[in-house]
Amino acid sequence: MLHLILFLVFGAVCVAGAVNLLAQRHPINGALSLVAVMGSLAVEYLLLGAEFVAAVQVIVYAGAIMVLFVFVIMLLNAGVEERTTGSRVALLFGVPGMLVGSVLIGWVLLGHGAETVPVGALPGAPKVIAWLLFHDFLLPFEVTSILVLIAIMGAVVLASHPDTEQGKKES
Amino acid sequence: MVPISYYLILSGILFACGVTGFLIKRNIISIFMSIELMLNGVNLSFVAFAAQWHALSGQVFVFFVMVVAAAEAAVGLAIIISVYRTRETLNVDQVDLLKL
Repeated sequence: MLHLILFLVFGAVCVAGAVNLLAQRHPINGALSLVAVMGSLAVEYLLLGAEFVAAVQVIVYAGAIMVLFVFVIMLLNAGVEERTTGSRVALLFGVPGMLVGSVLIGWVLLGHGAETVPVGALPGAPKVIAWLLFHDFLLPFEVTSILVLIAIMGAVVLASHPDTEQGKKES
Repeated sequence: MVPISYYLILSGILFACGVTGFLIKRNIISIFMSIELMLNGVNLSFVAFAAQWHALSGQVFVFFVMVVAAAEAAVGLAIIISVYRTRETLNVDQVDLLKL
């Protein structure tokens, strides 16, 4: 029952974030709603027993990739059309959502403390995933490291300003 | 226990939202975020099937998808920066030539 409630609540947050991504005109609002989608997807992964994937989802997706997006949006000063309706939406949905969330967390922690699962007890524990990654999928894992290296070099080459290189040579 | 079909429905909704955003958005960064949304929908179905069949290979595949998404985001955002530098716009309708 608790599983179903958590699934429904965070699934609703997911869908609301995805629809908000379509509705918003300013890219920074879309980026923040995408962060909400990714955070609630991490909860869905935890419900499915995927501990490691949930942690990586928060760290890599909601952390690294979305920070990169927000950086680029702010760097390019994207979306000059400013709209102030976002704050009213946040007030309408944010305060009740925060109340529901805190009540839910309190209910789980206080009333159902005996049902919580310790870290490492779920089927997708980091130890099992690490055994698979470094044993059965060793070659694909190493190939992805080369892929990331190539992506880093490509990003540096593409984003470097051609004028600055000439300026270095001239000076 | 939540039935697997619920997770698949949620994954389908996320993917459909990503496709819709990819088609209706005109800002190149918003289009890029729609692609990330599609990748997340696929990841959810991977994890749901992994839980259904008790096969952890699905979760390892999600890890690989995340690595590819990170590489794609790095290169794609670098391309966006370089396009903005030459065109001074982020509207995809005005970026219709392949040459910079």
